[in-house]
Amino acid sequence: MIPQVSQLPTGQGDVLGWIFQVAWIALIVATFIYGQRIQMTLMLREVEGSLFRLKFMRDKGRKTAISTLKELGGSETDPTDRVDRFLEYVAIQPVNLDPSGVIWRLEHILNVRDVRFKDEVKLMVPGVDEVQTNNMENMLEAALALNIIYKVIRHFYVLGKKTKSLYIIMQLQMLLPIILREAEAFSNALQAFTHGQPIGDGAGALVAAKLMHGHRAKKIAKDTVMAKLSIEGRTAYVLKAKGPGGNVGKPGEAIKQILEKNKGKIATAIVVDAALKLEGENPGEVAEGVGVAIGGPQIEKYKVEETVLKYKVPVNVVLIKEDIGDAVSTMRKEIFDAADGVIDRIKRLILERTKKGDSIIIAGIGNTIGIGQ
Amino acid sequence: MSKADSPSKGFSSIMIIIVIVALGLSIAAFFFAANALIVTQDVIQGSYFALIGIMGLTLLTYMLIQTRKRTLSLSIQAQKVATTILCQKCGFKNLRDFQRGDFIFKEAEGCPKCNEKMMIASIYREVKKKKGKKELS
Repeated sequence: MIPQVSQLPTGQGDVLGWIFQVAWIALIVATFIYGQRIQMTLMLREVEGSLFRLKFMRDKGRKTAISTLKELGGSETDPTDRVDRFLEYVAIQPVNLDPSGVIWRLEHILNVRDVRFKDEVKLMVPGVDEVQTNNMENMLEAALALNIIYKVIRHFYVLGKKTKSLYIIMQLQMLLPIILREAEAFSNALQAFTHGQPIGDGAGALVAAKLMHGHRAKKIAKDTVMAKLSIEGRTAYVLKAKGPGGNVGKPGEAIKQILEKNKGKIATAIVVDAALKLEGENPGEVAEGVGVAIGGPQIEKYKVEETVLKYKVPVNVVLIKEDIGDAVSTMRKEIFDAADGVIDRIKRLILERTKKGDSIIIAGIGNTIGIGQ
Repeated sequence: MSKADSPSKGFSSIMIIIVIVALGLSIAAFFFAANALIVTQDVIQGSYFALIGIMGLTLLTYMLIQTRKRTLSLSIQAQKVATTILCQKCGFKNLRDFQRGDFIFKEAEGCPKCNEKMMIASIYREVKKKKGKKELS
């Protein structure tokens, strides 16, 4: 367009034409020499925009945590300093150069972390009940996750800017849409944890709660309850994390104890858990299979695998599909509705895989926030 | 939280250069358009320059709107959560907004029909599907 205009017959046409020609050549040369820099600048601009969004989410998480703790604790204590300290909390992984016993060392570190987190909450809001302590701990962990995500992304953004490395910036720009989705999920999780609403991850716990409702539930492991009931003529040991506070319990330890007490005489173990869906799948879709479906740092999964191997107990799994956003935010209707379908599948599995009079284990895995028993 | 840990808030230099160039070009184009239409009375040339000026201004407006949009989109909407209270005796159902302290299987108020204690049967959020989106099944 510009060169055409420059050709127009006018008194200033030649001068204008020259200016446009020179500008055009300069643009081509600049593109050759500074193409990568221009590309990097544009990418940095995009990363910067996402970083602002992450910062907004991090700040919102911090503010929500502080205001909720203030509301619970009354005007006597100001938890701001403690919350700020909490958001910088780190747990260092055990050495895995010699992998022998690493699971138990990791479990010890995570137990210490859990106790420390709960103590911190009790110090921030003294006198709150166990349910609120667990919910507030979950809320603070979501805020902590948002802080870590923001800081790591900012680290690579500043590093890329300092070193002018296109490859650092490029990787960051390519990964950011997925990272933002995860951060948005944690941001939505704050609402669920603050108010004690059930979350998508609790789908397995919901199934177990529906099965054990109306039966006496007793503590079997730390933060874990178990009820003994009869399903289709079989003795079922149904277990879940102790609700309605935000808890995942120790399902691996509980399954291990039931197996040990019954000397391995368990016909089958059925593990029910939420699983990440693939894009294109609908939330609340149910899938079956074999194996131990317990997420997190794999300690509980390891315990179950070790014990079922010892007694040669078959392990079946029923999964409820959902995406990362659904997993940590308030439970969607589709996921809630899927629970009844899962119970039907469990009953079918029991009828097909076991005989009358057998004993079975049904483990509902996941965070039981907002779900009683 | 220190103040130093926030990303820079100002416009980037490349953005400023683009804005200045587009603004300069637009002003120059409008000047030449006016010159062509009034002094030399060349309608075609005047129209071309006016078109360049309008394009430059459109680009500027678009960039400014984009920047504004980014600021506006920084908000998190609260999700609407529903609680269903069920009477296990007569099947009476009551749907209301979630209240702090609600949890599934919590005992609720008496049933207005049979006076039996009701129970919270479900807590969930409904997500409206976006219309016009076809997905492969």
